[in-house]
Amino acid sequence: MKKELSVSAIKDGTVIDHIPSSATLKVVDILDLKGIRSIISVATNLSSKTMGKKGIIKIGGKDLTKEEVDKIALIAPNATVNIIKDYDVKQKIKVALPSTINKIIKCSNPNCITNNEEVTTKFYVLNKNPLKIRCNYCERNMEKDDISLL
Amino acid sequence: MLLFNFSALVLPIVYTGKHKIYKQAIGCYFFNMNFKNRDIISINDFSKQELLFILKISRLMENKPNPNLLKDKILATLFFEPSTRTRLSFMSAMEQLGGKVMGFANTSITSIKKGETLWDTIKMVEAYSDIIVIRHPLEGSARLAAEASSKPVINAGDGANQHPTQTMLDLYTIQKVKGKLDNLHVGMLGDLKYGRTVHSLTVALSHFNPTFYFIAPQALQMPQTYLDELKEKKIKFFTESNLLKVSKKLDILYVTRIQKERFPDPVEYEKYKGIYKLDKSLLENIKKDLKIMHPLPRVDEIDKSLDETEHAVYFKQAANGIYVRKALLALLLGKIK
Repeated sequence: MKKELSVSAIKDGTVIDHIPSSATLKVVDILDLKGIRSIISVATNLSSKTMGKKGIIKIGGKDLTKEEVDKIALIAPNATVNIIKDYDVKQKIKVALPSTINKIIKCSNPNCITNNEEVTTKFYVLNKNPLKIRCNYCERNMEKDDISLL
Repeated sequence: MLLFNFSALVLPIVYTGKHKIYKQAIGCYFFNMNFKNRDIISINDFSKQELLFILKISRLMENKPNPNLLKDKILATLFFEPSTRTRLSFMSAMEQLGGKVMGFANTSITSIKKGETLWDTIKMVEAYSDIIVIRHPLEGSARLAAEASSKPVINAGDGANQHPTQTMLDLYTIQKVKGKLDNLHVGMLGDLKYGRTVHSLTVALSHFNPTFYFIAPQALQMPQTYLDELKEKKIKFFTESNLLKVSKKLDILYVTRIQKERFPDPVEYEKYKGIYKLDKSLLENIKKDLKIMHPLPRVDEIDKSLDETEHAVYFKQAANGIYVRKALLALLLGKIK
């Protein structure tokens, strides 16, 4: 019996799968979806064999930028990004944190120069699980709960 | 000069935003200790071998005056925050080596008052000078200055973060007064929470198998992140609030001021000011060869009566700043290799 899709397929674009249900809307938040005229489907609390519940986001006509993939890796470290061409999965990427994260994180230290002057932020990933990063500028360490995205 | 030091082939973790520094750090390991055009931003950027090399050059500077070594070179001292020792010792070091000094110690007479960014200030100053020393209240400012400048930048204190040349002169003093850096029992007392000198010294001494005694009230204890790093490196440490419980074990006692300017809440400061006051009664409870250090300025944490004892080395420590800063200026300007 053919399995019924909860969310309709897209012709060209990106499917972000294996998002923890609790993080699905956060992932929508960090994506730049303004100006997209194709279909955007967001589904959450879907059943998953491996995760229990999960979320999926399908965006027609969009390729993710590196910054967007890095942000997803921070929020949903086990997510997969599928690049769809003509209804086929052309590439499947498991998101992964790079060793340095540029631009996307705000330093939690109010006295850091990056919060007081226009500077592109840069963090070194010291540990991926549990997440621990260090600001290149003020050298303050941050953990997952301290992280806010720019 | 170290040539092909294969014992040091394991690369250090170099937390720096500058590709040029990273390449140079690698270069040091494979070829020699070439410090030319490097920046001195954080003690975390330096390996044990590099620190020992800087101490070696500092000793050379102490023993030989070199009055013309930096002739025609200009040092810019940009002090956005007050300083006595650091600014004056950099100026004196530069002039003793035949160089010239320009700069400011009061931002009210500069364009910073008009809202000029740090980045723009550095871009201007690098055109006027050969090397820049900066002290700034914001953490990370020195790293940003180094990114803006093609000339070497030395961090003379960025907020509560780093003051690497203080750490280097502390190491130089310890090596001089104890004859070694390895296996010492080091007590750090006072404001361990906000004190950048104790943070950096803890990191630097960690290369030398110390045992640390962090002596402070709970609210001003060494931040957990430093304690976690010590645990990872398997370095022994104890936290304590009562100095007398550990004083007999110490080879070095590093005293710090409770820093009013770092407290977000003045009421908190009032609670802890004057909590430690060392005087001659301490002498009954210490090793004969204990040395007491202090980055200065002191307020009331060390009584003057201790100054004349053989234990007090804090003024010698301040004097050693000249030799270390002379060494750094000469190394970064490529006059010593």
